[in-house]
Amino acid sequence: MTSIPLSEPLGTCMPGFSGTITGFTSDNKDIESASVEQLREMGFTEGLDIAVLHQNPFGRDPIAVRVGAMTIALRRQQANLVQVTAS
Amino acid sequence: MNEQIAAEGTVLPIVAVVGNPNCGKSALFNALTGLRQKVANYPGATVERRSGQVTGAVNLTLIDLPGTYSLTARSVDEEVTRQVVTGTHAIESKPNVILSVVDATNLAQHLRFVLEIRELGIPMVVALNMTDLAARERISIDVTALSEQIGVPVIETVAVRKKGLDDLKLALAKAAISPPPSMIEFGQTVRQRQKAARKIAATAIISEGIGHRTTRQIDRILLNPIIGPVTLFGLLFLMFQAVFSWAETPMELIEAGIGSTQAFLVSILPDGLILSFFSDGILAGVGAVVVFLPQILILFLFILVLESTGYMARAAFIMDRLMASVGLNGRAFIPLLSSFACAVPGIMAARSIANERDRLTTILIAPLMTCSARLPVYTVVIAAFIPNQTVGAGIGLQGLVMFGLYLAGILSALVMAAVLKRTVAKGEADSFLLELPKYQSPNIRFVAIGLYERARIFLRRAGTIILVSTIILWGLAVYPGAPEGATEPAITYSFVGVIGSALEVVFAPIGFNWEISVALVPGMAAREVAIAALGTVYSLSGSEAMIEAGLVSVLNSAWSLPTALSFLAWFVFAPQCLSTIAVTRRETGGWKWPAFMVAYLFVLAYGASFITFRMATWLLG
Repeated sequence: MTSIPLSEPLGTCMPGFSGTITGFTSDNKDIESASVEQLREMGFTEGLDIAVLHQNPFGRDPIAVRVGAMTIALRRQQANLVQVTAS
Repeated sequence: MNEQIAAEGTVLPIVAVVGNPNCGKSALFNALTGLRQKVANYPGATVERRSGQVTGAVNLTLIDLPGTYSLTARSVDEEVTRQVVTGTHAIESKPNVILSVVDATNLAQHLRFVLEIRELGIPMVVALNMTDLAARERISIDVTALSEQIGVPVIETVAVRKKGLDDLKLALAKAAISPPPSMIEFGQTVRQRQKAARKIAATAIISEGIGHRTTRQIDRILLNPIIGPVTLFGLLFLMFQAVFSWAETPMELIEAGIGSTQAFLVSILPDGLILSFFSDGILAGVGAVVVFLPQILILFLFILVLESTGYMARAAFIMDRLMASVGLNGRAFIPLLSSFACAVPGIMAARSIANERDRLTTILIAPLMTCSARLPVYTVVIAAFIPNQTVGAGIGLQGLVMFGLYLAGILSALVMAAVLKRTVAKGEADSFLLELPKYQSPNIRFVAIGLYERARIFLRRAGTIILVSTIILWGLAVYPGAPEGATEPAITYSFVGVIGSALEVVFAPIGFNWEISVALVPGMAAREVAIAALGTVYSLSGSEAMIEAGLVSVLNSAWSLPTALSFLAWFVFAPQCLSTIAVTRRETGGWKWPAFMVAYLFVLAYGASFITFRMATWLLG
């Protein structure tokens, strides 16, 4: 079982991380929260490559991530809604 | 011709321009209509709708709308877009055609929104914009396949180079008389549409390209933990230094021109009211403000370049931490930085802030950011009282004081934000979610248009509001004339003299003489008018030699240093701008918040001036 890569919340990742989006943290399996929906609208989606590029120089939060062709800045708390696995 | 048709009452088909933020909607709108809507490289540059007629043979009305990622509106500007395209807007009627703009370098993401809008059942044309950038990134898209897959016409465009416009106009005209696209099931949830969009993109994209490689490389430097903040603060510092040093020569030229015109008038006109009207009234008053055109243009040049390169969003990213410490988020930094130019667009730009309390806080602190109208006030007083010397490494002392005044404004804005967020605008801090756009070299045409517009607005103000208030002030300063055997200058006996003496009672504790007190009254309309008013008042009470020496040397001999410092402190805070008050009323929907804003700023201004004056008097005494 150890060969299956574990998913972790994006908010805990440091610059240099690169991997794939595996899913979103949701309280309810059927209805996604407004925050998750907003992340999807911005371009986050399952299966996309993701990389943490930068973090704020003053407090390591927010982070800037590359998702597909875009660069998106967001706070770590919100990034925690995104589940990722390292590649 | 198009305008004529519209004027005669024929209703032209309405085309709404819709798309993700920063995909070039406003640039396309400008290219199609010939108008000059603001264009910038950051998400949220357009915050209100604007309409215009398409130029050329087709008769269409185009409405430019704020960008949004979906029809679930999360901020005031996005709500406008939602209302217009769903036909629920109070003024605009439902559009006949939707022009859906898509960034060719980010097709997979932008397509999802295209599929969502398609569901509205309105005839639609897709503009595949920025195809030049896509080509540079070696992205290749099969337009025919894309068009077939989504069932609407797709036209390739490059808005900033005016490519593909004729094809687009024809497609829009054709769509206006066509039925809506047949319904295709792409899914009802964001997730389903996302999947469908990725599938379509995968078949239409022939080559994925190399990504925004240049942008990544630049970001590695500009968002570096050390170089990043140093660059940001260095840029701001350079901006304020440049405003001072680059403008010196052109300002001296304008000043010399005004001085020699005054001398010329003195030589050809007999001493009397007519000479006084032109020399003391118009030239001394309006001239005192027109001198600052070069400074204001340099300031706007910096802000326009920052806005068009894509750096603004990075500045917001770097500032987010600091903004979070006072309860705001980095997003608020963009309207606040714009407020360095003018608080009015800054306050309107706050519409892109999703959280209502954050938006209100940003609006209330925007007037504390040092706007360009304060430049004349600061420059005159600094030139008169701060020695023009360097303090090492090419940094001028005058520029340093100016930077200090800007800093005072910024710091008090942050403190006020913290206070407001804990009292009147109490509530949880909003999150920060911002797309960092790809860098682009500044579009020289857009920057030039922006500067031209600013020069036009500035000179029009000088020719209208400043001219009129100067003339009124001159009239009140000349009548009634001095009585027989008067010992003081005639102006002391005029209406202005009387009003000034009455107001002096209020302002004496903060070191203001009657001349300053009276100049603050017309200065309520706009800050720079105060300088025009001082120009007129001192011109009327001084000798010819003094007038020709200019306002700077007049002030130098008329004011004490504590008074000058107190005057600077006053202008850091005082809400002396009717336009700002008016736009705050409009944006907050009532008089409550503008009244609150004016009250708190006047209290701060009086308090700061009082402390400054007393401290300076004590230290120098």
